[in-house]
Amino acid sequence: MTDQTASLASFTSEAATKKLRKRHRAERRFQMYGIAAILFALAFLVFLFASIFSQGWTAFLQTSIKLPVDFSQEVINPSGNPDAEDEIFQANYVKLAREALYKQLGVDPNDRKARRAANELLSRGVDVQLRDMVLRDPSIIGTTEDVWLLASDNADALMKGSIDRETPSERRQVSDEQIAWIDQLVDAGNMKKRFNTGLFVNGASSNPETAGLGVALIGSFFMMLTVVLLAVPLGVCAALYLEEYAPKGKIADTIEVNINNLAAVPSIVFGLLGLAVFINFFGLPRSASLVGGLVLTLMTLPTIIITTRAAIRAVPPSIREAALGVGASKMQLIGHHVLPLSLPGILTGTIIGLVQALGETAPLLMIGMVAFVVDYPTTPLEPATGLPVQIYMWASSAERGFVERTAGATMVLLAFLIVMNSLAVYLRNRFERKW
Amino acid sequence: MSSLTILAILAVAGIVAFFIGRMRSIQVCGGRQRNLHSRPSYYGYYLAILTALPAVILLAVWSVAERPVTKYVAMQELPPTVLQGTDAEKALTMSVVDSIAQGLPKLGPEEYEVLRKARFGFVTSSDARDVLAKHGVVLGSDPDRSLLAAADELASARATSRLWLPIACFGLAALGFFWGYTRIRPELRSRNIVERVMRSGLFLASTVAVLTTVGIVLSVLFETIHFFQFVSPMDYFFGTVWDPRFATVGKAEGQFGLLPLLWGTLFISAVALLVAVPVGLFAAIYMSEYAGSKVRAFAKPVLEILAGIPTIVYGFFALSVFGPLLRDIGGNIGLDISASSVLTAGIVMGVMIIPFVSSLSDDIINAVPQSLREGSYGLGATQSETIKKVVLPAALPGIVGAVLLAASRAIGETMIVVLAAGIAANLTLNPLEPVTTITVKIVSQLTGDLEFNSPQTLVAFALGLTLFVITLGLNVYALYIVRKYREQYE
Amino acid sequence: MEAKVEDRPAARVETPAVPKESGDAAPAALGELKMKAKDVNLWYGQKQALFDVNLEIFDQSVTALIGPSGCGKSTFLRCLNRMNDVIDICRVEGDIRLEGQDIYAPQVDPVQLRARVGMVFQKPNPFPKSIYENVAYAPRLHGLCANKTELDEVVETSLIKAGLWEEVKDRLDQPGTGLSGGQQQRLCIARAISVNPEVLLMDEPCSALDPIATATIETLIDELKENLCIAIVTHSMQQAARVSQRTAFFHLGKLVEVDETSTIFTNPTDQRTQDYVTGRFG
Repeated sequence: MTDQTASLASFTSEAATKKLRKRHRAERRFQMYGIAAILFALAFLVFLFASIFSQGWTAFLQTSIKLPVDFSQEVINPSGNPDAEDEIFQANYVKLAREALYKQLGVDPNDRKARRAANELLSRGVDVQLRDMVLRDPSIIGTTEDVWLLASDNADALMKGSIDRETPSERRQVSDEQIAWIDQLVDAGNMKKRFNTGLFVNGASSNPETAGLGVALIGSFFMMLTVVLLAVPLGVCAALYLEEYAPKGKIADTIEVNINNLAAVPSIVFGLLGLAVFINFFGLPRSASLVGGLVLTLMTLPTIIITTRAAIRAVPPSIREAALGVGASKMQLIGHHVLPLSLPGILTGTIIGLVQALGETAPLLMIGMVAFVVDYPTTPLEPATGLPVQIYMWASSAERGFVERTAGATMVLLAFLIVMNSLAVYLRNRFERKW
Repeated sequence: MSSLTILAILAVAGIVAFFIGRMRSIQVCGGRQRNLHSRPSYYGYYLAILTALPAVILLAVWSVAERPVTKYVAMQELPPTVLQGTDAEKALTMSVVDSIAQGLPKLGPEEYEVLRKARFGFVTSSDARDVLAKHGVVLGSDPDRSLLAAADELASARATSRLWLPIACFGLAALGFFWGYTRIRPELRSRNIVERVMRSGLFLASTVAVLTTVGIVLSVLFETIHFFQFVSPMDYFFGTVWDPRFATVGKAEGQFGLLPLLWGTLFISAVALLVAVPVGLFAAIYMSEYAGSKVRAFAKPVLEILAGIPTIVYGFFALSVFGPLLRDIGGNIGLDISASSVLTAGIVMGVMIIPFVSSLSDDIINAVPQSLREGSYGLGATQSETIKKVVLPAALPGIVGAVLLAASRAIGETMIVVLAAGIAANLTLNPLEPVTTITVKIVSQLTGDLEFNSPQTLVAFALGLTLFVITLGLNVYALYIVRKYREQYE
Repeated sequence: MEAKVEDRPAARVETPAVPKESGDAAPAALGELKMKAKDVNLWYGQKQALFDVNLEIFDQSVTALIGPSGCGKSTFLRCLNRMNDVIDICRVEGDIRLEGQDIYAPQVDPVQLRARVGMVFQKPNPFPKSIYENVAYAPRLHGLCANKTELDEVVETSLIKAGLWEEVKDRLDQPGTGLSGGQQQRLCIARAISVNPEVLLMDEPCSALDPIATATIETLIDELKENLCIAIVTHSMQQAARVSQRTAFFHLGKLVEVDETSTIFTNPTDQRTQDYVTGRFG
């Protein structure tokens, strides 16, 4: 029994107690690593969201200047013929806006330098703004109306504080004179930040203040529509086959392994597939949201198949046996029982697939959706961009105004994803059935 | 008539056929439905399938075959000198022919007459060029007569095809309808037929995944082989310089060495794994072994959100916030960190793949049987000793699988590196310098207005194939390990 | 065989009277009182699983815990080395003493306790490591061996004691999971005795084994009890009769009766025990 006594002594000796304390310290340290890991992930998440929000929230506001614009007949329609559309279309609207501004600021129209400085307060997009007003309602020609006109990128930046007034004037992009004018306009209530509807409706523009997500939103909508119309039926059918019909064997195994691998293929490879097959082989147009939708369909298919299969598998065998027992055919069983019962699961899977598709960017770059599209696409065959692609394009632009826009667009994208994810969680909780 | 319109009409025809078929079945059984083999709606489906399905298949086949066939017809007009040229030259010629052919239907009858004359040599081809230019088809030089001939044939072949397509489709639909209509009798086993067709439909749907894989392999492989006609595989796989230059069609200028890109990809992925593996693994361990249900309920969604953020958002964050931040920190401690350094892209990418590591490791750690833990506790091991010495070694194969899957994600990740990594290919060991990756180069070679058949564009497919093979290898191996591991404890 | 008096450093609070063997029954050699459970109650969440259990376990003998499934015998066994601590919702009340020391006292470290009160489980659970590593695991953990030679010695001694040495001495580096079921269970026993525990708890150690392996383990238990205090949970009354000196019968979370094994099987006091051992329920 000697060794037994020895071991016991070694449990209570001072050395052993010390060792035990050390072991417990190691235990606590190990737990701390775990907590630190989770805190790291959390901190990064908070940092990421905070930095995007702090950069992006100002994108939802845009500075405008209220000016009494004189829609003078001489400038817009000198011929006096209201049907002369070309004339109205090509009129010098910038002049109208600028003259109104000179009047408002009291700038001497003969002082070229002052005029140029004043011009810089207005966005280069004001002509389109005024032109659209006239085209919409030609009766305003010859009247004077108060119009909120977009301010320039620099004036907007000053209003939002991203240009510092304290910077020495030679390094500041807004001159002292311009600051004085801005203050004058702000004090009179004629210049302020207003909600930026342009962000949601405008198309592409090289001026940050007139660039918007309109085309991207429509493009993304078309793509999501394509995915829903194609990926969901295909995915559900494939899942039904694999769960209900496929004989266990080589073919089913091959398909299964394939689906799992497809889910892990880099998204950019799907873009190459889209470029080679849909565009080069089938001759579909580049930049079309249909092609984008097709590529995203192939990408989300594995997700939808996998989740649908899980949902179908959750339908208990007792229900199948009951239906088959009263003489239902396999198709009737599927149509009457399996599909209705697994519908919430399928819906959840679909939304998860859509979330994945909505945020995907890389494959869309391959099929030419990095495009400068000004006009709304009316069919999925016309050139369009997508929400994430628009973020990518703005992120690659140098102007300061686009950084804000990029963060703003990111917030829009995240908002969509949060809404869709919440919907998925809601559906899961609302319809989850425990058998 | 466009294919879409035809499709819509066929769909409507199918619905109509459904109702007629159902009516007919009730009619033939004299209102006594018990005499019917199947329920009336199955006769409806039967007739609808016979009406629409063959026509839709014809439509699909026709639409796919139209381009190669018309192209072949047009090629017959081209002189042998062109046909014997390289693929690139042929493609260039055909693109000119194609653009002329697209302009042809816009011409008025008199203008078209000019073109016909030019084709057969009665007027000069520069007249034809002028006519075409009026309708937006701008040609670089006066077109050869053979080009005009080919374009003419192409346009007329297309017109013929467009004319006959609807006729053929609707004819087939009518044929199917009448044949099916006469076959509807009470003893027709319509349900079995319908179910067999639907079952085949389901099977076809499940093969889409396989077809996609085949499509990826074939399309990328095909273009890669094309690329290797310009650049030798040796230069590509073992070249240490990446410097593709602009070249006229048919030539490869500059160097297309894969190694610097591969190195950059692996370097950034390694940094990403250095972040993701410890954090993900410890998070998984903590959540599965220590955390109470409340902490779990909080920490799991946090990690899921990290997984749900689109990579473009990570990319923008790395570009606009994290890169400059690292650079400033480096500046303060006297390190020269580039804003698009390996560290920037690697760390952000690492955070992105934390959830991949943690959720899979979580599953895998949970699969380690409780009896092993109890065996260890029963010997007086502390919890961390049990985890380190029993649970983790037992879970090791599965965790390796999880890490490999995460590595494959990192290697194939695009948007973070496109925005936050470097542009220049750089064989460096310094993580503070920028490097570029395979995915970055795929994007930069394929965006912009490059001619499709030039090596600069085609190299993107060779890169894509390289990427596909690497990630596929990792995935297959990882999934195999994980599957083996699961079986071990089942 | 009289109880050996051992020189243990741990203080002994009480020295109970060793029950004397009754005349004609086979002499059940019992050592000193080793563990004593008093009024043990246990809850899983809201559900009470043990009711006022009082039980004494003696050194150098085998105590069998029998009873129908779900009667709380395994649960009670797991209280003896605080294995139930691992389960979050489990709550224990009462007093369990090892050599007079309350094992649920706050200053008692379950880690240290479990080294003194080892455990063998229902299903053989060798770690997915080599045979050598399996046995060396605990001595390493507790830092009991100064060097490799000592460790080798401990591994060898433990395997010899577990009767496995001859079968595995040439393949110590092979995985423990590659052994047969009976060998695995003996490996687990070797692993448990590698730190020289004072008490060995066995939770149905033979339920996953075939009869021949069971017989080997039973012989082993018989040998081990010479130096150890053993408590064994078993489903098989024959096994209890074969290996144990004392038997405790549990029913519905209560300890119905505890006495010398022969008494329990031949002449139990309680009707429920009578019914159980004669096979009327269970």
